Amino acid sequence: MMLRKKDLLGLKDLTKEEIEDILDNTAAMKEAFVSGETLDSLKGKCVATLFYENSTRTKNSFETAARFLGARTLSISVATSSVQKGESLIDTGRTLDALMTDIIVIRHSMAGTPALLAKNVRSSVINGGDGMNEHPTQSLLDLFTMREKFGTIKGLKVVMVGDIKHSRVARSNLWALGKLGAETTVVAPQTLLPKGVEELGCEVSYDLESAVAGANVVMGLRIQLERQKAGLFPSISEYGDEFGITRDKLVACPDALIMHPGPVNRGIEITSEITDGANSVINEQVTNGVAVRMAVMDMLMSDAV
Amino acid sequence: MSILIKGGKIIDSGEVKADVLIDNGRIVRVGDIPESEATTVINAAGKLVMPGLVDMHCHLREPGFEHKETIDTGSRAAIYGGYTSIACMPNTNPVIDNAAIARYVSMRGKEADGARVYPIGCITKGQKGEELAEMGKMKDAGIVAVSDDGKPVMNSRVMRNALEYAKTFNLLVIDHTEDANISGDGVVNEGVNATIAGLRGISRAAEEIGIARDIVLAETLDARVHIAHVSTAGSVELIREAKARGVKVTCETCPHYFSATDEEILSYNTNAKINPPLREQSDCDAVIEGIKDGTIDVIATDHAPHSADEKNREFDLAPFGTVGFETALSLAYTYLVDSGEIDMPALVELMSHTPARLLGLPVVHIKAGMMADVIVFDPDASRTVRAAELHGKGKNCLFDGWMLKGRVEHTIVGGDLKF
Repeated sequence: MMLRKKDLLGLKDLTKEEIEDILDNTAAMKEAFVSGETLDSLKGKCVATLFYENSTRTKNSFETAARFLGARTLSISVATSSVQKGESLIDTGRTLDALMTDIIVIRHSMAGTPALLAKNVRSSVINGGDGMNEHPTQSLLDLFTMREKFGTIKGLKVVMVGDIKHSRVARSNLWALGKLGAETTVVAPQTLLPKGVEELGCEVSYDLESAVAGANVVMGLRIQLERQKAGLFPSISEYGDEFGITRDKLVACPDALIMHPGPVNRGIEITSEITDGANSVINEQVTNGVAVRMAVMDMLMSDAV
Repeated sequence: MSILIKGGKIIDSGEVKADVLIDNGRIVRVGDIPESEATTVINAAGKLVMPGLVDMHCHLREPGFEHKETIDTGSRAAIYGGYTSIACMPNTNPVIDNAAIARYVSMRGKEADGARVYPIGCITKGQKGEELAEMGKMKDAGIVAVSDDGKPVMNSRVMRNALEYAKTFNLLVIDHTEDANISGDGVVNEGVNATIAGLRGISRAAEEIGIARDIVLAETLDARVHIAHVSTAGSVELIREAKARGVKVTCETCPHYFSATDEEILSYNTNAKINPPLREQSDCDAVIEGIKDGTIDVIATDHAPHSADEKNREFDLAPFGTVGFETALSLAYTYLVDSGEIDMPALVELMSHTPARLLGLPVVHIKAGMMADVIVFDPDASRTVRAAELHGKGKNCLFDGWMLKGRVEHTIVGGDLKF
């Protein structure tokens, strides 16, 4: 299986078929990963992680996935690299090209940065999260997890609650879930909703309790504490009361799958009871993340041959 | 050297077919003139002969940012767009907030081999929005208006004093209106396209609150105020209502606010990162309506050159602005005249006569005795804009690759055929 693209920048540019191909390939990769069987489809290749923002799970997930496919990995820590000496993103990318890198996984606080890098380097670029734009592999692992549980994405009712405005996970999921035929609802105070979000094909609600009626999946998003300082909501306590995922608010969907991209602010956006409850797949999401990243890298590289 | 422009159609307050003879820096005769009377003859059959354009809003970057543009390169780029006079904004380094810098820019303008260059001085010292700059001394040194362009004067008391004080010297105050608390760290128009691209939005309210404030101040003080680069439907409506009440408010827009929308940012094209940001089609339509009914007085370029490295970087970090000298007339012709919204004499009013009048510069008509700032424009030529072929230093052109109608064929400044 292959992806007829040099880069994976986001899900808004992928077709339904391309997304489904990735999910199909993920199933095979997961089998290998959980059985501890290493593969060699990236043998002789080099995968660099270039993270301008902190991350534990995404970076480790990509590096684990790359090694499982037999690749060398190169980790550029921005804090100690020449970026601190003022090297531009494009120059850093070209340096990685010259080090014979095949894939650059980039995370950056600014939207569109992976696209800029991709335009200026020979290596394949995978977006590991760019500002408020996209986090395609996170969304793919979410989709894979849903498909594993329900058999199909089509017709699922998915509710996402939290800081939709600043969330790249929400955006990637809105694109992909729409393409695959799920019904999505976003729930947030109006200050944490981006303008025109309903034009992306989702329902909008300000009341979690009623929005989750009949939901198959309830996904919490991380709330960043600095949003309160920016005046977007009055207090963490009020946010938790109104938009936190609690047992009381899930009465209308007792069996819904509980997802969260992590890291979780326990007791704020989601209670510990729900995080650790029987319906929570938050830790499975992490395992599936490795499989999905194996699948994406495998497919980008088989295209390159 | 005398120049005869033969066989063209003269566009001024009306349209008439006639030859134009230029000698010694002046238009000496308009009528049926034999070729033998001039040393140089320009065949203008099928072409339009118009007063040179006047740009009341551009950035020439000198002193301080000569890697982006210089007064010389900017003034030469301007003539390829049909501009014979340009007024440059003071957000240089150092800023033009005193007579010495104003005099330097004027002098460098006189040395430049292109359009006439007139400096605009700051409203406040250091463009800090706190203390008034020495408007009187700067006027003696050649400034034609004051503006803190690029930055709004956020403090309403300072703006009030500026409007009153500038009246003393009959200086036009040009305000870049923007409530900085609302625009914050936004980089594109707030709307569905910002949401799609994941870029931080700037609400229309940022621009409109500033305009509303300025209108109230101008009305209260019976002072003039000129609003820079109007970009939203709400702004047009605020100014329309104020003019109807007799408030002394004038305004300008730029070609990109009636020809381009924020869809341009979906590809993270940093040349589409402009302040105020490109808006939506309904705003473009409202701007065109404002041009048609006289709410909008002037089309200016907001020519904002930057180096390639500065623009080829993260969208959030790239500077705002597109170059505009060499595309403005073709864009205005394509989107306003060829599309049937306005006629050519109205365009001359918007791009030459009114800006000249607002800045106190000579208003050029194509008739005997006038200063010979004249251009020849071919309305039938079509062109594909190629950023790499532009004459200015900055190649950051939003319109790269666009097909436009109409092309400037010749520009004459003070009787000199510049090209």
